[in-house]
Amino acid sequence: MSDNQDTLPEISTNGLPAEEPIANPGLPAHTWRPTDIDPAAEKRAERQVAALFGISMISTVLFVVAFFAFKVGDEPTVVGGFGASTVALGLTFGIALLAIGVGVIQWARKLMGDHEIVEMRHPASSSPEDREVTLTQLAQGLDESGIGRRPLVRNTLLGAVGLLGVPMIVALRDLGPLPGDKLYHTIWTKGMRVVRDVVGTPIHVSDLQIGDLLNGEPEALFPSEENGYPELSGVDSQIAKSKGAVILHRMEPSEITPSKGRENWSVQGIVAFSKICTHVGCPISLNEQQSHHLLCPCHQSTFDLADNGRVLFGPAARSLPQLPIEVDDEGYLVAQSDFTEPVGPSFWERD
Amino acid sequence: MSFDKVANTNAKTAATARKPSRGAAAVEWADDRLGLATLAKKQLRKVFPDHWSFMLGEIALWSFVVLLVTGVFLTLWFKPSMAEVEYMGSYDQLRGIHMSEAYASTLDISFDVRGGLLLRQMHHWSAMLFIAAMLVHMMRVFLTGAFRKPRELNWIIGGTLILLGIVEGFAGYSLPDDLLSGTGLRIADGLVKATPVLGSYMSFFMFGGEFPGDDIIPRLYTVHVLLIPALLLALIGAHMLLLVYHKHTQWPGPGRTNDNVVGYPLLPVYMAKAGGFFFIVFGVTALMGGLLSINPVWKYGPYDPSKVTAGSQPDWYMGIAEGLLRIMPGWETHIWGKTISWNVFLPGQIAPIVLLTMVLAWPFLEAWVTGDKRVHHLLQRPRNAPTRTAFLAAMITVYGLLWAAGGNDILAVKFHQSLEMISYFMRGAIFVIPPIVFVITRRWCISLQRHDNETLLHGYETGVIMRSPEGGYTERHLPVNEERAYKLTARDRDEVYDGAGETDANGVAAPDSRVKRLRSRLSTAMFVNNVQKPTVEELEDGHHHAEHELELEEGLDHSADGHQFDGRHSIEGEPLRGGH
Repeated sequence: MSDNQDTLPEISTNGLPAEEPIANPGLPAHTWRPTDIDPAAEKRAERQVAALFGISMISTVLFVVAFFAFKVGDEPTVVGGFGASTVALGLTFGIALLAIGVGVIQWARKLMGDHEIVEMRHPASSSPEDREVTLTQLAQGLDESGIGRRPLVRNTLLGAVGLLGVPMIVALRDLGPLPGDKLYHTIWTKGMRVVRDVVGTPIHVSDLQIGDLLNGEPEALFPSEENGYPELSGVDSQIAKSKGAVILHRMEPSEITPSKGRENWSVQGIVAFSKICTHVGCPISLNEQQSHHLLCPCHQSTFDLADNGRVLFGPAARSLPQLPIEVDDEGYLVAQSDFTEPVGPSFWERD
Repeated sequence: MSFDKVANTNAKTAATARKPSRGAAAVEWADDRLGLATLAKKQLRKVFPDHWSFMLGEIALWSFVVLLVTGVFLTLWFKPSMAEVEYMGSYDQLRGIHMSEAYASTLDISFDVRGGLLLRQMHHWSAMLFIAAMLVHMMRVFLTGAFRKPRELNWIIGGTLILLGIVEGFAGYSLPDDLLSGTGLRIADGLVKATPVLGSYMSFFMFGGEFPGDDIIPRLYTVHVLLIPALLLALIGAHMLLLVYHKHTQWPGPGRTNDNVVGYPLLPVYMAKAGGFFFIVFGVTALMGGLLSINPVWKYGPYDPSKVTAGSQPDWYMGIAEGLLRIMPGWETHIWGKTISWNVFLPGQIAPIVLLTMVLAWPFLEAWVTGDKRVHHLLQRPRNAPTRTAFLAAMITVYGLLWAAGGNDILAVKFHQSLEMISYFMRGAIFVIPPIVFVITRRWCISLQRHDNETLLHGYETGVIMRSPEGGYTERHLPVNEERAYKLTARDRDEVYDGAGETDANGVAAPDSRVKRLRSRLSTAMFVNNVQKPTVEELEDGHHHAEHELELEEGLDHSADGHQFDGRHSIEGEPLRGGH
């Protein structure tokens, strides 16, 4: 306890001693541990620590064995329903590490010296003399530089360095193209067929029963020689999909209450709405069959498909955009045009 | 057992210079070139105080090391590319499907690299541990007042670390480019687009064009493996250096004052304990990685912007942002042909920053109100700062409510409630419940303070019931021992600042009187109800009272059962209840 390495006692400023109801009784006396006074206990602790290190070594060896013994890949070794490799490697590695950790801490607790040491604290601040010298040097340095006396030099330097920020910002310009009107258009065009989202086959009016919900995609996402749409790269396909996905829903024509101008946007009770939520852009997929309500699984915005995609509940502010559809010569559903408003989350420029 | 036999580790004599060993020669070689001995002299036997709660930050530190180690391994196999490939690996259900190279290489790590899945799961588990440990560590620092002068800067560094850790975690779980992480990015895109004026530009610059583009994964990869880890490393370094420079705080106790630090030396005890603890954290992470499944990306499939899974949830630390997004009403302003999406911008960008700033700013508010310029190295018990404790309790309540709101669909299913009702409830609860929690916690703390004073003045309850000759029953109280009594009194008295009435000689209010009035009002609100520790006189009165009671029973020569605690017998060696 007399192991003070720093002897810079400070006067306590924290609470006046006279106010203290009970004086600080001082550090309690050190008490010996069993391992300090009983050689048998000491030996036992020593053996425990060594045994833990031994367990770690065995476990590490087992790790290497398991690494080569258990297969992964096409036909992984499975034990008890688990991939044997991962479980065995995790177990052996974990035990190898834990045994070292527990062993070292046991060593520290039982066998290392356990005298508590008192160290005095120093104030975080420098001494007043040091502070004084620093301030003087600062003032002297600044004075010699003449930065205060030569505002022309100072200001032009500030201007020059400040201007250097511009190239850094300008250089970021090519991170991506400007939005332009891209957010206002999707891949849909007049006469493009609505196709099934996975297989890409066109959808006949008679394919949908009342109450049915179907995920649709623009046919251009499934280019073939037959339909003549150009090949799409992976990125373009993903971008087109992120805006073009639609939901088809069929209900009794009498249930639809189209707003002005949308009277002929549906076909025999079939309506097509954007699948992309107007909140933050999740694909909407949960349907309440009876009520024609569509729920976004991400943040639960609910839209009414019978009432122009109006928001019924949740954080979305805008109605779901509707895709005007009609029937082509063969009775398949096609778009009358692109969406008439931007699809997906709101952004500043749009009205 | 005799006490004269002492293990040789507790040396009783000073070490004497021996003939130079090989180790000494190595030190000499290094010191000739680096001159580290001067620094090492001070630091090798540096004292660290011991308390279980000081381990929380250590968990965060060591999980960060585990993250670095496992993360470096993962980079050896992961391909941060969104180029489209056909998966030909071992996982049967996805073979032949087109996907990004990032997702395919994540599948390879999971199925075709031995130990790859273990590393992935260890990496993800340690990330959760890292952020959880930082948050709990922050609560510990807050509740014990460890942020007070001179540690304010370290408090801010810690808050920045938590923010960076969360961003790092989000960047990390977006990398596999599976359906769930792609949905997360889509939501991030929506959040960015909601930024007034710049939103759509920011989105196009982030994704290299329209969402999803093919740039975001490689860009996030650089952010995830280089930019943020470097910042984290630098800030953790600064955090630790300041910790060493300030020396660790400690709990007040016998011999433990504001001017010293009592504990074990760095070499060997603390080094062994901390080093051993690193292996324990690493080992537990390895066990979790081997036995507990996390983020099974192969079940979600590759990202497809037209698909989503029901019950989509981000990692738990994003839960409050998710909850905020979900319960926000659908407010949007359309003005001059432009759109301000309050429904996304407020909960997604503003609210999380405001909440974090509120917690980070509290220490400065408190310091301003108390006007306390003294340095504090002794920790406070949470009950002795009732307003502060209640504030954190309220903030934790906000956090918990938002967390629950982030899972409102799951709550609706589990509790058979309507989703709408849960959301409406949460909209109100977020404003109503935290103040209630604040009031309750504050009164609770003050009651505990009162209890402490009762223990000091009247002793602790022994559980021994005494019957008086008249037939009345009383419980015997005994004074607590000196150590405990000292600990209960080792705290500052709160002072309520009163600057309201200050006027100058002419009776004109001082120019900054409005500020002073605010400060007085806050000070009163914070401290006036607190119970202060007893004065010397009160304590003496209490003791006299106890002695008087004993005198009244002087005539008795024996006591009922439990006599050993009646205050007339030595209690040395008697089993005491509750470890008093």
